[in-house]
Amino acid sequence: MIAYLGRRLIQSALILLGISLITFALLYLLPADPVRQIAGRSATPATVESIRRQLGLDQPFLVQYGRYLWNLLQGDLGRSYIQRSEVAQLITARLPATLLLMVGAIVCELLIGLTMGVIAAVRRGTATDQSLMVASFIGVSAPQFVVGLLLLYVFAVKLSWFPIGGYGTFSHLVLPSLTVAVMSAGWYARMMRSSMIDVLRQDYIRTARAKGLARITVLVRHALPNAILPIIAMIGIDIGILMGGIVVVESVFGWPGIGQLVWQAIQRVDIPIIMGVTLVSAFAIVLGNFLADIIAPFIDPRIKLR
Amino acid sequence: MLKRILTSTVAASALALTLGMSGGAAVAEELDPNAKPGGDIIITYKDDVATLDPAIGYDWQNWSMIKSLFDGLMDYEAGTTTLRPDLAESYEISEDGQTFTFKLRQGVKFHNGREMTAEDVKYSIERVVDPKTQSPGQGFFATIKGYDEAAEGKAEGLSGITVVDPSTIKFELTRPDATFLHVMAINFSHVVPKEEVEKHGADFGKNPVGTGAFKLGEWTLGQRVVFEKNADYWNKGLPYLDKITFEIGQEPIVALLRLQKGEIDVPGDGIPPAKFQEVMNDPEQKARVVEGGQLHTGYVTMNVNIPPFDNVKVRQAVNMAINKERIVQLINNRAVPANQPLPPSMPGYAQDYKGYAYDAAKAKGLLAEAGHADGFETELYVMNTDPNPRIAQGIQQDLAAIGIKANIQALAQANVIAAGGEKEGAPMIWSGGMAWIADFPDPSNFYGPILGCGGAVPGGWNWSWYCNEDLDKKAGEADSITDPAKAEERNKLWSEIYTKIMEDAPWAPVFNEQRFTMKSSRMGGADNLYVDPVHIPVNYDHVYVNDVQ
Repeated sequence: MIAYLGRRLIQSALILLGISLITFALLYLLPADPVRQIAGRSATPATVESIRRQLGLDQPFLVQYGRYLWNLLQGDLGRSYIQRSEVAQLITARLPATLLLMVGAIVCELLIGLTMGVIAAVRRGTATDQSLMVASFIGVSAPQFVVGLLLLYVFAVKLSWFPIGGYGTFSHLVLPSLTVAVMSAGWYARMMRSSMIDVLRQDYIRTARAKGLARITVLVRHALPNAILPIIAMIGIDIGILMGGIVVVESVFGWPGIGQLVWQAIQRVDIPIIMGVTLVSAFAIVLGNFLADIIAPFIDPRIKLR
Repeated sequence: MLKRILTSTVAASALALTLGMSGGAAVAEELDPNAKPGGDIIITYKDDVATLDPAIGYDWQNWSMIKSLFDGLMDYEAGTTTLRPDLAESYEISEDGQTFTFKLRQGVKFHNGREMTAEDVKYSIERVVDPKTQSPGQGFFATIKGYDEAAEGKAEGLSGITVVDPSTIKFELTRPDATFLHVMAINFSHVVPKEEVEKHGADFGKNPVGTGAFKLGEWTLGQRVVFEKNADYWNKGLPYLDKITFEIGQEPIVALLRLQKGEIDVPGDGIPPAKFQEVMNDPEQKARVVEGGQLHTGYVTMNVNIPPFDNVKVRQAVNMAINKERIVQLINNRAVPANQPLPPSMPGYAQDYKGYAYDAAKAKGLLAEAGHADGFETELYVMNTDPNPRIAQGIQQDLAAIGIKANIQALAQANVIAAGGEKEGAPMIWSGGMAWIADFPDPSNFYGPILGCGGAVPGGWNWSWYCNEDLDKKAGEADSITDPAKAEERNKLWSEIYTKIMEDAPWAPVFNEQRFTMKSSRMGGADNLYVDPVHIPVNYDHVYVNDVQ
C-alpha cells in the first residue's frame, strides 16, 4: 500500500510536470506576441523590446521554462501581463467560487442522475425508462452555453425565481449548478441504470424479495448501496469534465470563479494566468483521480492496490 | 518671450474665445443646475477591471474609470473634445512652441489627504517613461527633452521637466509639438502620489490613490469595484453621485436582461448586437438609448509590399468596389459610411472630400488598366468575433463582383495583429475589433502609428506598410504649429495630408462606428455625457440620478 502510494505520488508529480511543459510550450509557440498585448498599440518598437527584455521573454525557451518552474517550486505563479497582479492572488480570490460551484454541481448531478437511473432501472423497458434515457441523452449532448441561457431566461427572467446571474447567496448557486450538472447527470443516469439493473439481477435481491420485504425496502436498503458504489468512485474522475463545463457556465452566469478568469486571459494572451489556471485545474484532476484510486478498495474489496 | 497666457478665470476665457480657442473655460460653468447630488448607480462589465494604475491601464474599460480617480494637468469639457486646464490653473506656451509652463491649481489634495505639488507631476510622468514601469504610454512623452536616455533607463528622470516652484512646472521639448496639451490630458500623464506608489509597488493598480472625483471604496476580485465620492474634490459640486458599483463578470446579454428588470443602470459593454434591433424597435427602450459619434474608423488595409496591391490602381479599385452603405446595413446601421481615415467628429475632417464613390464598373476598368482584367486571388484577414467575419463576407462579395477572389482568414485578434505587423504578412486586413480609436481628439493621432513611416516597421500598426516621406515631413510641419490661434490652419494641413493619402489609397475606409449607450430611466444628465468622446461608456463625474430624495 505504501509503495503503491509512493509510486502514484511520483506518477502524479510527473504528470503535472508534463502538463506544465506541454502548456508552456504551446503558449510559447502561439503566433500571438504577448509583449505586443502588454505594450499596446501606441508603443514604439523600442518600448516593445524593452518590455520583452524585462519580462525575460527574449530568452530561449528552455531558460524561460526553467525560470517558470523554479519560481513555481517556490509557490510563485508570476504576475499577470494584463492585470499586473500576482496570479496566485487572482486564483486564490476566485478558487472558492469555483469549488462551491463544483460541489453544487456534484450534488445536483448525483441527485438528478441517480434518481433518473434508479427509476429507469426499476421501470426497465417501459415508456418511462425510454423517455428518461432520451432525456439523459439530450442532457449529455446539449451545449452548456445554451442550457445556461435557457435556464436563466425561464427561471430568472420570466419566472423571477432566481437572480439573473451573480454570486453570494444560495439562490445564486442553483441555476449555475444545474447547468453544469445537466451533462454529467445524463452520464450518471445511464451508469446508474446499468449498475442498478446488474444489482437487481443478483441472487441476494431475489432472496430479500422472497423474504417478503417490501419492494421499496429492497430497493433502498439492499440494491441502492451496492449499485451506487462504483458510481461514487467516478466522481473523482469526473472533476476533469466538470472543469470544462465550469469555464463556460461561469461566463454565462457571471460566476466569479477561475473558469471566467482563464476565459478572459485566453482572449488577451495573458500567459501567466492561462498557465496558472491550467496547473491548478490539472492538480485538481490529478488529485481527484488519485483519491478515486485510493478510495476504490474501501468501496469494493475486490480491488487491491499494488 | 511668452505669447499666450490662458487662465481659467472668466477674463481669460473671454480672451481665449476671441483668439478662437476655448481652452480656458471656467470649470464651474460645467455644473448642471438640474443635477441632484447623491444616490448611487450600478454599471456592469463582462471582463475584470485590469488595473487602475494610470501609467498602465490602456483599455476602454479602465480608461474612463481611471479618469474619475485621477486628474491630469489638462482635461476636456464634459461631453466634448474641447481642451481645458484641469489640475493646471493656467499654462503658457513659448513662442517657439517648445516650452510649456503650467501653473498648478492650489489646494488640490490626493485621496490620502496630502496636497499635490509640481513634484508629483514630474514624478508621475517620469514614472511612465521609466522602462521598469512597462507602461504602454511611454512613447507619448517622446518629445520631452531627455526622453531617450530616460526611456532606455540610462538616466533618472527627464532633463526636460523642471519644477520651477511647488506650483509651477515647466516642460522643454525637443521640437514644437501641437499635441502636447492633449498629451497632458491623457491618462498616462495623470498625477499619482509617490508615497502610495512606493508603498504598493506593482500593486498600485489595485490600490489607486489620486486626486479625482471618486476614490476607490472596495475591490473584490472578479466580483465588483466600488467607487465612492471624494468629498474633498477640488472641483466643488462634483461629482453628483455618492457611489458607483461596477459589477464584473456579466455577459452583455445578461446585463441587458438585468437592465430591463431595473436592476442595473448602465451595461458597460453596450447593447449586444443580437439584441440591438429588438431594443431599437421598442419605443420605451429606444428612448433610453443615446447615440453618438466615436473617434473611430473601420478600414481595409492593403499591403503595398504585396503585389498586386503595390499598384495604386488596384487599391483605388478596391475602394470603389466596396459598397459601404450595404456593409453598414449588415451591422444594423450601427455606423456611418466613411470616405477618409479621419472620423467626422475629429478636427481636420475634410467635409468637402467626396472619396471614392461605389462604382463596380469603374473599379473593374481600373483593374483592367492595372493588368488584372481577369481579377486575382488574395487573402483578407479578419478578427474572428462577430460581426467581423460577417463584414468580411460582405467585402468578399463586393470584391468578387469585380473579379477579386479574397479568401477570408478569420483568426484571433492577436494573430491578425501579428500578421499585420509583418512586412509581407497580410495582403488585406479588415480592421474591425482592432480598429483605431483615437487616444485624444487630434487629427495627428490617426497618422503616425497607422499611416506614417514610423508605424511601417515589424510589429507596427501600419498594416498597409504605406510610407510617404513627403507626408511625414508635412505631418511634422503641422505638428509644429503650436499656436492655438493657428489651430484652423493646422487642421487644414492635416485635411490635406489625409486627402493625399486617399489618392494613394493604402486604405479603403469603410465606416465610422456609432456609439449607443443604454441607461436606466432614473439616470439624468445631458445626452452628450453618455457618448462622451473621451469617457466610455459615460462620464462618471457628471452623470446623476433623478430619484434622489
